[in-house]
Amino acid sequence: MSVDLALIVAIGVLVACGTTLVLERSLSRILVGFVLLSNGVNLFFIVASGPPGAAPIVGASDERMADPLPQAMALTAIVITLGVTAFGLALAYRTWQLEGHDDVQDDVEDALVIRRAERDDTSASFDEVDASLPEEEGADLPRVEDDVTQEPDGGPR
Amino acid sequence: MITLLTAHLVAAAGAPALVRLLDRRAFLVLALVPAASFAWLLPQVTDRDVVRQDVAWVPGLGLDISLRLGEISGPFSLLVTGVGALVLFYCGWYFKPGDTELWRFGAVFTAFAGAMLGLVLSDNVYLLYVFWELTTVLSYLLVGHNPERRANRRAAMNALLVTTLGGLAMLAGLVILHLTSGSPLLSEIVADPPEPTTAVQVAVALALVGAVSKSALVPFHFWLPGAMAAPTPVSAYLHAAAMVKAGIFLVAVLAPAFADLAWWRPVLVTLGLVTMVVGGLRALRQYDVKLLLAYGTVSQLGFLTLVASIGTRSAAVAGLAMVVAHALFKSTLFLVVGIIDRSAGTRDLRDLSGLWRLLPWPFAAAVVAGASMAGIPPTFGFVAKEAVLASVEDLGADTGAGWGAVALAGIVVGTILTVAYTARFVWGAFATKADVPACDIVRRSPWFVVAPVVLAAASIVAGFSGPWFTSILARAGQAYPAGAHELELTLWHGVNLPLLLSLTTLVLGVALFVARRPVAALQHAMTDRLPMPDAEQAYYAAVRGVERVSIELTGRVQRGSLPFYLGTIIVVLALVPGSMLVRAFALNDGEMRLDLADRPAQVVVVALVVAAAIAAVRSRRRLRAVLLVGVTGYGTAVLFVLHGAPDLALTQVLVETFLLVTFVLVLRRLPPFFSERPFTADRWIRVTAGVVVGGVVAGLALLTATSRTAEPIGPQFAEPTVSYGGGYNIVNITLVDIRAWDTLGELSVLVVAATGVASLIHLLTDRAERITRVPAGSGSQRWLQRVEAVRSARRSVVFEVVTRLVFHAVIMYSIYLMLVGHYEPGGGFAGGLIAGLALMVRYLVGGRQELDAAAPVDAGLVLGLGLAVAALAGLLPTLLGGGVLQSAIIDIPLGPFGELHLVTSVFFDIGVYLVVIGLALDVLRSLGGGIDQHVADEDRAVGV
Repeated sequence: MSVDLALIVAIGVLVACGTTLVLERSLSRILVGFVLLSNGVNLFFIVASGPPGAAPIVGASDERMADPLPQAMALTAIVITLGVTAFGLALAYRTWQLEGHDDVQDDVEDALVIRRAERDDTSASFDEVDASLPEEEGADLPRVEDDVTQEPDGGPR
Repeated sequence: MITLLTAHLVAAAGAPALVRLLDRRAFLVLALVPAASFAWLLPQVTDRDVVRQDVAWVPGLGLDISLRLGEISGPFSLLVTGVGALVLFYCGWYFKPGDTELWRFGAVFTAFAGAMLGLVLSDNVYLLYVFWELTTVLSYLLVGHNPERRANRRAAMNALLVTTLGGLAMLAGLVILHLTSGSPLLSEIVADPPEPTTAVQVAVALALVGAVSKSALVPFHFWLPGAMAAPTPVSAYLHAAAMVKAGIFLVAVLAPAFADLAWWRPVLVTLGLVTMVVGGLRALRQYDVKLLLAYGTVSQLGFLTLVASIGTRSAAVAGLAMVVAHALFKSTLFLVVGIIDRSAGTRDLRDLSGLWRLLPWPFAAAVVAGASMAGIPPTFGFVAKEAVLASVEDLGADTGAGWGAVALAGIVVGTILTVAYTARFVWGAFATKADVPACDIVRRSPWFVVAPVVLAAASIVAGFSGPWFTSILARAGQAYPAGAHELELTLWHGVNLPLLLSLTTLVLGVALFVARRPVAALQHAMTDRLPMPDAEQAYYAAVRGVERVSIELTGRVQRGSLPFYLGTIIVVLALVPGSMLVRAFALNDGEMRLDLADRPAQVVVVALVVAAAIAAVRSRRRLRAVLLVGVTGYGTAVLFVLHGAPDLALTQVLVETFLLVTFVLVLRRLPPFFSERPFTADRWIRVTAGVVVGGVVAGLALLTATSRTAEPIGPQFAEPTVSYGGGYNIVNITLVDIRAWDTLGELSVLVVAATGVASLIHLLTDRAERITRVPAGSGSQRWLQRVEAVRSARRSVVFEVVTRLVFHAVIMYSIYLMLVGHYEPGGGFAGGLIAGLALMVRYLVGGRQELDAAAPVDAGLVLGLGLAVAALAGLLPTLLGGGVLQSAIIDIPLGPFGELHLVTSVFFDIGVYLVVIGLALDVLRSLGGGIDQHVADEDRAVGV
């Protein structure tokens, strides 16, 4: 089976350039890389689907037609790329508005978790055990001692 | 029976509204549901019929709604519904009027009662598990009724974790039992138990872990006293009739089949005895009378499990009798505690004094229930305890076990403790204490005491109805061979060993109570000096350990750095598919052939794309990079055409154009260069990563394209496209018909993305306010009336006029493109994008006011309408008897105009069209008009 070298080169270069840019910090550069990547991957779909052919429209041509299924998938992908890129651009603009640049920063919450791990701490939502027993609603619970240690005379009154 | 469960469910759903309407009296209405269930169940149980109901649910998994009212579930279901009704009735006076959390409580409690009823009626193991976990989750909500208190949250969490852990173990056990026995029905498993292989023994052990954790046996006993953080009616129900009885129910159900396993009796009897003694000892030390009762329940649960696990004919009957007795006296005592709490404002027995005079009815109820708990005639507690003692006395004779006497001695010790803490409870709650001033109490409605008095009376009535109970409960014993003696539940057996033991326990128990001070001191000294294993501390250590592991793991893998995550993905991509790639090429048998290019035009386009992509990476100017990406996009479109994908090419060109302008709209505000930083060594790491990934993907493309073994299914779409898609354009029919589910998902993504864009820029949730309406009568008839808003220096009259001329034509064309998509390249996506571009041009000509004049609608409305149209187009066929998203072809004759060939999937395409337009509108309003607004605001702020 034969395959077109030129398309393979195009896929390789688009994906390589896209990956390089996506690894950047600047969000607008990441988005440029994202569009390059998606172009490359869409081409991949088409190439992988088989040799070129006539447009997949019934009755339009007597030639063997190209595989329509990956085309439908790639079409979906193209439009999704539009939506996601637009969202990314809004994020970039918003970051710039707030921070004065559009660099993707490391997540602050994750840094906190890492610091907790280094300090051998538990998570923020973890309730440490204390000795008292739970109170009941409504009752401002008085001395509920489970043990007689608090009682100097060593027994219930 | 399904009706009963449904009634509980409906009542639970209606409870919030009911509580809003009637406040706390709503509980009286809710109580009718379990009361009616009780009334329906009672004759069924006394008729001693087995009632079954089976409804298929998921037969493939063996999960069916199989309900069975039988020997054991009968008495249990009566307790669940009877006590449930009385407790709900009691709730009508327990809560403060106007409690704002009551609506939730009413719903959860009613649902809990329903789940508990479902649990005892379930015959299918999976259904049992579903109800089992439902009670777990609902009890979590009930215990955590007041979530503002940290202690309540923790108590609820403990109950949830412990019982869920047990529940999961039980599920594993039940699955094994189902698979080994071949039947998911408990009744069939028990009637014909599987061979006791290792797997079956493990399964039974796992199921028992569930029972032991649910019934709060050592070492899981600590969650139950914590769970008394719940409101008192919940405690009453939880401790007496529901939740903790589930474990005993399971033991009782499984005992006929598995009690003869070598370890069953020793393990369960030991656990029961230890729990009985530990609970009793701790109950002796409580000041809080409710906590005292809670530990008493722990002790009693040990006792009940012990009896239920013995598995002889007499023990089975005695165990059920004890369950009934316990439900009656424990619910009474808890409800009395609730009355004390509400009347005196405290539950601390060091502050309670003289209540027997002030609360005579609750006192009487507590004395009767206490007598039943301590085993004093003529209460049912005495009858049941005598029966238990008699059945344990026969243990050796019935089963051949040599340790019957040990068990009997253990029970006697536990019972002595029971008598002592019962005395402590009655004395502590009601007695007049010399050194404590008499309590002041708030008088409560007489209705408040009805429920405990009824339950206490039931303890006495039942005490005299031994023969009747024998006739009902004896059925549970039929599963076992006859024992040494036939058990008779009655007050008077004559002078025999059980009676003597009862007398001994009473005397010693009272002595223990009288000597409470030295006993407490001794206990204190013991726990202080001896290293006591503490299950609760071990549990907390385990929970803390899990926390720590999760934090360490999260800290390791969740670094919070985007390049780190992407780097991980890239490394995996390079290593896993990359290594397979190397292998594949090494095995290459010469099948693979590379052609330079099928069509020479490709080489030119590819060269252009490659050059543009590399230049885009090298570019430091944002705008230049974006333009270069545009070049690669158009180049890709040309490659699509050459490959035979006109639809794809059309969409690609339109998207690329739209995207290019969108980029420019945003980048006009950002600095012209990406970064002022000089390039560093990092850059070369990135470039290397890029080259590696590019190489791997290119290799994969080569490999996948040349190593196809199966016939592609795509070309087979041609036939259905014509026959039931009603068109010729396979790609478009695939999108709107053959694979329409995918498209529906994609539309949702677009709606979310568009909404995200709008909310990021406008920070408003209401989009509608942002549209500037054309004021009526202010020159709205004029051409391009909005353009005045653009400053004259930026006006281009030619651009304006051309836009005017072509706008409507372009919109018409977009609609045409959408409709023609069935036959030629086009469709909803392409049409919507064309319309979006037309709107974009209007925006570019005259700013956001011009855009609002062109499309005076809210983008959210268009998005929602589009999604709704697409969804309806998918759902309507199901109403007409077809499948989801099925389309029909209708030919409508139009007389002289020929015939209209209508394919219903065109409505789906209209939805697509609208969603794409909505996305375009949102993008233009936000990234265009929204940013313009920000610029104008800033200019005004600096006084330009």
